[in-house]
Amino acid sequence: MGKTLAEKILSLKSHGEAKAGDVVIADVDLAFVQDTTGPLTIRQFKESGFKILAKPQQAVIFLDHAAPSPAQQLSNDHILLRRFAEEMGCRIYEVGEGICHQLVAENFANPGDIIVGADSHTVTAGALGAFATGMGSSDVAVALALGKTWFRVPEGFLIELNGVFPRGVYAKDLILYLIGQIGADGANYKALEFGGEALAHITMPQRLTIANMAVEAGAKVGLFPADKITRDFLIGHGRGGNYKPLYPDAEANYERVIPVNLDQLEPMLSLPHAVDNVRPVTQVKGVKIQQAFIGTCTNGRLEDLAVAAEILKGKKRHPGTRLLIAPASRQVLIRAIEKGYIRSLIEAGAAILPPGCAACLGLHQGVLGDGEVCLSTANRNFKGRMGNPEAMIYLASPATAAASAIRGEITDPRDIM
Amino acid sequence: MTDLVLKGKAIKLGDNISTDDIIPGRFAHLRSNLPELAKHVLEDAVPGFASKVKSGDFLIAGKNFGLGSSREHAPVVIKMSGVGAILAKSAARIFFRNAINQGLPVLLCDTDKIGDGDKLEINLTSGMITNLTSGITLNCSKMPPIMSAILKEGGLIPYIQKHKDFKL
Repeated sequence: MGKTLAEKILSLKSHGEAKAGDVVIADVDLAFVQDTTGPLTIRQFKESGFKILAKPQQAVIFLDHAAPSPAQQLSNDHILLRRFAEEMGCRIYEVGEGICHQLVAENFANPGDIIVGADSHTVTAGALGAFATGMGSSDVAVALALGKTWFRVPEGFLIELNGVFPRGVYAKDLILYLIGQIGADGANYKALEFGGEALAHITMPQRLTIANMAVEAGAKVGLFPADKITRDFLIGHGRGGNYKPLYPDAEANYERVIPVNLDQLEPMLSLPHAVDNVRPVTQVKGVKIQQAFIGTCTNGRLEDLAVAAEILKGKKRHPGTRLLIAPASRQVLIRAIEKGYIRSLIEAGAAILPPGCAACLGLHQGVLGDGEVCLSTANRNFKGRMGNPEAMIYLASPATAAASAIRGEITDPRDIM
Repeated sequence: MTDLVLKGKAIKLGDNISTDDIIPGRFAHLRSNLPELAKHVLEDAVPGFASKVKSGDFLIAGKNFGLGSSREHAPVVIKMSGVGAILAKSAARIFFRNAINQGLPVLLCDTDKIGDGDKLEINLTSGMITNLTSGITLNCSKMPPIMSAILKEGGLIPYIQKHKDFKL
């Protein structure tokens, strides 16, 4: 019997045969928390009576969600996290260093790893062929202490990608289209695995965008095979030695196969208040927006800022539309400065925020007012997500966000490019 | 061993109640002050929920309850509000596991058969739900044995304190 990617990784890490539906105990290669889930994790860890981390080198704390802190309580949570990192001898990424998922991709994730994070978008690292999934504070506390956790081995959905992205259409449009097709719970408890001829030209930043949103269809992981693109990314980030090829078996058993022809995709949007409420941009054009937000673990990478800068260069944001840009990491920000993207964006009227989660989850740096509309490149548009249940959030690609910022209304990027 | 039975009243909710509905990000500054955080449970979905809910009530949801964030504070504040169990047509993966880890039962069944205010009896041992108002009985789907074991111990932390490790 052939194995899916999920079955292969879980077999290896549980030192046995893992088939869909089995429950296994697997070694954890990286466990992490961020600043809104970490304090509870620490309390659970201590309440359990644990004194040390199983693998301090493979445990990380990220200060990204409320960074810099907008409130004294959150500042005190940061103190708690810094003290724990010191006490346990684990790595902590400070305010301004970037978003946990981007930093995991840049510095930690390897093909075949098991990664658990106290953050639902931990699935992002599936782009590198890591079985990476979000868990709650208790599960991560126990994973930190024992170096392992239990999993139900997920059934797989194979997303078979063919064709090439047309002009103005990006990885974000693909994943929004897919979530619209599958539904917000359509892949609940499943592994989304990506394959097909198109993978040969789907870059690592695009894969990270796609894997990031697997959880928005309910999936446990969003997995890409580890191929030449993965190898080149790892070499570029100083860990080429960690590369190993990883593919599903040809005779792997998938519960569903969903073919997608990229040639036929167009710019897509998620409408308020559900990620699976997906329509082509052409059907929603003209909705006025008060804020455009480009960033997050979904679309805050260098390639995203490049697309936005190209569209915005020499133009101005609409006077009625604020434009917020948050690079996903310090490395992204430095490169974007070197390449001149940041200058183009600032000259177009953008406010540049520090690398981190920024406005995404409603804590700070771009909370919406009553009745305001935001076009965001993030991954969630639930009611209240950006700090105000009276606001409306649309999700789209950085190109759509940049084009819409210029016109002050939802705009098809192909109309401007 | 006697069966573990809960009795309470149904509070009906709709589909796709997200963790942002349960406890929005804008209250993240209260996450280290759980009694204060709990005052805001479900307030965007059901205004005044925290003052309406009675100890032992059951949340009766539609599909995909708890979608979104991994914040375990969501089941924590639901449990603190006094809710005895959540019944849903389906539950999002992370929320489901978090709730069990907090010792808060989540049972998957056809919740269309339950009306707002119905009195229910839930047998956690057998998985049988009796709607005392309508007389209808419902079976809920089984969870993996390791989850039943964690729930039986009152959550993951008491489970680990007792067993020191996962036992399959």
